[in-house]
Amino acid sequence: MRIQRRLTTPRWLVVAVPVASLIAAFAAAAIVLLIAGKDPGATYARLFDRAFIAPGAITSTLITATPLLFTGLAAAAAFRMRLWNIGGEGQLYLGAVGASGAGLFLRDQPPAVIIAGMVGGGLAAGAAWSSIPGVLKAYFKTNEIITSLMLNYVAGLLLTYLIFDSRSFWRELGTFSARAFPQGKQLPDAATWPTFDLGVAVIPFGFLLGLIAALGLWLFYRSTSFGFQARVLGDSPSAARYAGIKTRRVVVAMMALSGALAGVGGASEIGDFRHVLDPRGLQQAGFGYAGIVVAALARYNPFAVAVVAFLLGGLANAGYSLQGPDFPAGLVGVLQGMILFFALGGELLLRYRVSFRARLAAAPS
Amino acid sequence: MNPEVTAGAVPAVAMRSITKRFPGVLANDSVDFEAREGEVHALLGENGAGKSTLASILTGLYRPDAGDIEIYGRRVEFHSPRDAMAAGVSMVHQHFRLAASLTVADNIVLGHQAAPWLRASPRTIESQVTDLARRYRMPVNPTARIWQLSVGEQQRVEILKSLYRGARILILDEPTSLLTPQEADDLFETLRRMTAEGRTIVFVSHKLEELMAVSDRVTVLRGGRVVGTVETKSTTPPQLARMMVGREVVFAQSKEAHRMEGGEVVLELRGISADGDLGIKAVNDVSLAIKAGEIVGIAGVSGNGQRELAEAISGARRRSAGDVIVDGRSLRNGDPEDAIARGIAHVPEDRLGTGVSPSLSVADNLILKSHRRAPIATRGILRRQRIAANAKQLMSRFSVSAPGPDTPTRLLSGGNVQKVVLARELSSRPRAIVAANPTRGLDVGATESVRELLIKAAAGGVGILLISEDLDEVLALADRIAVIYEGRIAGVVPRDEADVQRIGLMMAGAPA
Ligand SMILES: Nc1ncnc2c1ncn2[C@@H]1O[C@H](COP(=O)(O)OP(=O)(O)O)[C@@H](O)[C@H]1O
Ligand SMILES: [Mg+2]
Repeated sequence: MRIQRRLTTPRWLVVAVPVASLIAAFAAAAIVLLIAGKDPGATYARLFDRAFIAPGAITSTLITATPLLFTGLAAAAAFRMRLWNIGGEGQLYLGAVGASGAGLFLRDQPPAVIIAGMVGGGLAAGAAWSSIPGVLKAYFKTNEIITSLMLNYVAGLLLTYLIFDSRSFWRELGTFSARAFPQGKQLPDAATWPTFDLGVAVIPFGFLLGLIAALGLWLFYRSTSFGFQARVLGDSPSAARYAGIKTRRVVVAMMALSGALAGVGGASEIGDFRHVLDPRGLQQAGFGYAGIVVAALARYNPFAVAVVAFLLGGLANAGYSLQGPDFPAGLVGVLQGMILFFALGGELLLRYRVSFRARLAAAPS
Repeated sequence: MNPEVTAGAVPAVAMRSITKRFPGVLANDSVDFEAREGEVHALLGENGAGKSTLASILTGLYRPDAGDIEIYGRRVEFHSPRDAMAAGVSMVHQHFRLAASLTVADNIVLGHQAAPWLRASPRTIESQVTDLARRYRMPVNPTARIWQLSVGEQQRVEILKSLYRGARILILDEPTSLLTPQEADDLFETLRRMTAEGRTIVFVSHKLEELMAVSDRVTVLRGGRVVGTVETKSTTPPQLARMMVGREVVFAQSKEAHRMEGGEVVLELRGISADGDLGIKAVNDVSLAIKAGEIVGIAGVSGNGQRELAEAISGARRRSAGDVIVDGRSLRNGDPEDAIARGIAHVPEDRLGTGVSPSLSVADNLILKSHRRAPIATRGILRRQRIAANAKQLMSRFSVSAPGPDTPTRLLSGGNVQKVVLARELSSRPRAIVAANPTRGLDVGATESVRELLIKAAAGGVGILLISEDLDEVLALADRIAVIYEGRIAGVVPRDEADVQRIGLMMAGAPA
């Protein structure tokens, strides 16, 4: 067997490898199910049904997929230019804080104003949070992987502080039970994001916003001068400096853009689904980290991010709704892990050519 | 050089049907190569012909896919350079492999001694090294540390290292590329002493003149294959060039030297200094004025501040002192965008990492500097048709050969990458061009066309600062020649008064 580095990657492989890793993951998990004495066929049929077929399934899948779509785009936007923002998790929390704060603050305004305020609030808070590692990287040459990761923990603590450890604007203090069991203030009904009924499925507003963001990101990299600068800088910093590109400015702006996307993901989670700032729920979901997987599987292509987010959203959604004694607990987690494992293995095939052939007969000596 | 060598004897090196494939290239294709004991055998070929690959196979660095090697008639199979060394075969690489902070003597014995506790006393080693150095006329101080040595001295250390280990067959890969003309002559003298003792030298090069001076026989490689082996005495440079390139070559391409009296100054350097990457002053008070239509050459041995000087002019590096003046106005310090806007084109030394963004397409690289301005971009939006039209036009005008404008630039050959850079820089209608080693690593054909483009640009009224480590190139193209040594301009001479000996001395730091 010989392994050689590829100079170019054929297009079909770029699609074939992630698809094959999905199939391989399901096959491997089927073996696990067989060992556990479950029927993989029936289990997968139920999973698929709950994710995409059952009444209302598509809508819940889309609601779960929306934050994944945003965090996936956030990761794709940054990773595409080799800016390793893995702070999508914290930026999403901050987006949720910003959006719920805006929703509560604008409670007496017409719905359109409230919703616009929530989107803007999530966007601004996420961007501000990711600008911290961006500025640190641009001006002090710190490693953005570490700073953005550490800020995830800070953001998690901030959420807890706002609801559990303070009398903040976000915390419900009016009712008796809320004083005993701390919880966030419920947003007004007017702050619930609209849905669009297409007959086959009901589309949440957040998902629509995500699709627009995906298109926007694609256009950004393809057709704007600034996106061009980001591509050059990601490929070769010294070529970027040579071309007169203001590299610090591009780094800060791209980190802000990435954080803004994650922040809107946090806003969608509030507006489409939770309607309250819920530290535990947000932290358990782990959308920020999952977004990194989404972006990697999608190979940083914004449209592929939407497809992958939809599929993984379906898986997560089915996992929630099938939890129970008759459904193997942890199956979804196993599947997600397997998908990641095979996707990373598949990377090898994209970067290297593996060929099996007999070695040229070695000269006898 | 050694008349006693008899043709019928067992050859020192015999390589038969050596084939070596790298991803996408056949670097050596059934190569047969023989070197007799006591001869200097030159291996000639353009860049990419497969010379270094063949040499690396002979020294055990690569293993051939097919073929076999005999050393003094004995079949060998090297798994590492250590195996080759044991058989008496050693190589001095294009890039030296010395430990900078150790002494000369330490480097010479490093990795050679069987076990550290059996180490000979430092005094013994030093006297052995001194003896060797004297015998081969390679003066070097055994207690000096490598970083204190010039490039020429470091090369001597590499050669001494091989001799100390008992090399009978020595391979030198492009040994003169970093030397001044005098240092090269000294090296040839050393090689003659070695062959007189019956050692065999494989001398890898693409410079015809030096092969003619030093070798007994020449084997020419082209595209991974052997074109032929000839006796140096019975050949001529044009014949070798034809074998190397596969067609007639126009020699001595040069610019009509013209005296620039009264021409307007387009680029003026006024006392500029700049620090190198390590914070040590690399450019020291350089002043020069370049007139429209003039080519000013900067000659010097590599590492004397050339790269830093080019960057200080183009804005990629901040100046610690001095001004760069274009058309009477000073450029903003450390601001490439200002330099670009004011008409300073830059052909950087590192063409694939800096001159182009390697993964971006050819079309994108052709707008690397114009991507913010009309007509390429309007209101921040790239105009894709205009980018495509620009690519099509420039690729045909500068005959860039690539599968298409969307090909990633890193897949192009070095010559075509350089054409992309030049197409972009020249089409920006510059006032002045700073070109750093514009033909280094290019084959003869590409070198020809790059030089032609520079000459044409000068004829069109552009001022050119040609920074080159290839003295022949500077002599062929420049109207005036400035020599740089340790960041300072050691002297400036008009071309028709240029004397290679004197310039060589200035390159080595002797006062002008
Ligand atoms: N390690 C390597 N991996 C891949 N390709 C290589 C490697 N070394 C050399 N090549 C390719 O093999 C060919 C011959 O290269 P080389 O032997 O270095 O030529 P030369 O020394 O004559 O300039 C070139 O096309 C070069 O790109
Ligand atoms: Mg070479």
